[in-house]
Amino acid sequence: MSGDGVTTPGSVPAPPAPWVVGPVTRTDFVRYQGASGDMNPIHHDEEFARAAGFPTPFSVGMWQAGLLGTYATDWLGAENVRNFRVRFLEQVWPGDTLTCHGEVLREYEQDGERRVDVRLTCSRQTGGTAVTGWATFVVPDPAGPGREATGVA
Amino acid sequence: MANPDAVGTRGTPFRMDVERGKIREFARAVRSTNPAYLDAERPVVPPTFLTTTFFWQSGDADPWPAVELDPQRGLHAEQEYTFFGPPPRAGTRLTCQSHISEIYTKQGRRGGELTFAVMVTEFRDETGRLVARSRLTGVETARPPAEES
Repeated sequence: MSGDGVTTPGSVPAPPAPWVVGPVTRTDFVRYQGASGDMNPIHHDEEFARAAGFPTPFSVGMWQAGLLGTYATDWLGAENVRNFRVRFLEQVWPGDTLTCHGEVLREYEQDGERRVDVRLTCSRQTGGTAVTGWATFVVPDPAGPGREATGVA
Repeated sequence: MANPDAVGTRGTPFRMDVERGKIREFARAVRSTNPAYLDAERPVVPPTFLTTTFFWQSGDADPWPAVELDPQRGLHAEQEYTFFGPPPRAGTRLTCQSHISEIYTKQGRRGGELTFAVMVTEFRDETGRLVARSRLTGVETARPPAEES
């Protein structure tokens, strides 16, 4: 942590403990599909997935990306996100256990706001990385409301 | 094989209403228990929520089919959301428009050429202010993805 961060009003909370999700199920995938509107059958239809050469349906990459969003906004605040980028690496299969975690890359001033860039990772029980991500948040003001009060206009 | 002439193809504008119940459904699907999404009267959207354009963007509003990625070899490679201020809140009516911004090729690590295509969508509020932008990158692999693993 840079000394700079200590002297400014905003200070970045430490990343929460890694968040373990799973074993993940077809129900997780299909619930996400219903919520997102992406109904590609490869993520829920056993016969369709096999015909395409896969052993079973596999998760929607955007579900894992959404889990990283959940982890990051619990950490730094739902209102504070300004950029969120993910790259899809390994597929996620029914029965996998996922772990989401994050780290601070840098803190800086931009447009009169204190900002933080973080790196996010969603890994599988094999050690492989399913999704890697980068996000920018406005640094929560410690004197201001916590996440409980955010969004109440 | 992707069609490089698709660059510049623009969809017609489409509307997307940001709704509290939809935010709640989406937040729960990504295992959020954050009261900022579940309890607020006018919650902001989760970071990846704007993917729900699936429910609003079709026909002439969707320029993606112009890219002509092979469905057997097509994968979602990257996704990015940029917010110009807090993310849009429930009750906001967004006007959205997509265009194909880039198509390019790269040599794959296991040999074979990879073709990438990028679709950018801009989201404006009722006043016309740009509130968010998404960037979808698709990739067409040299072989069907099933053979890669």
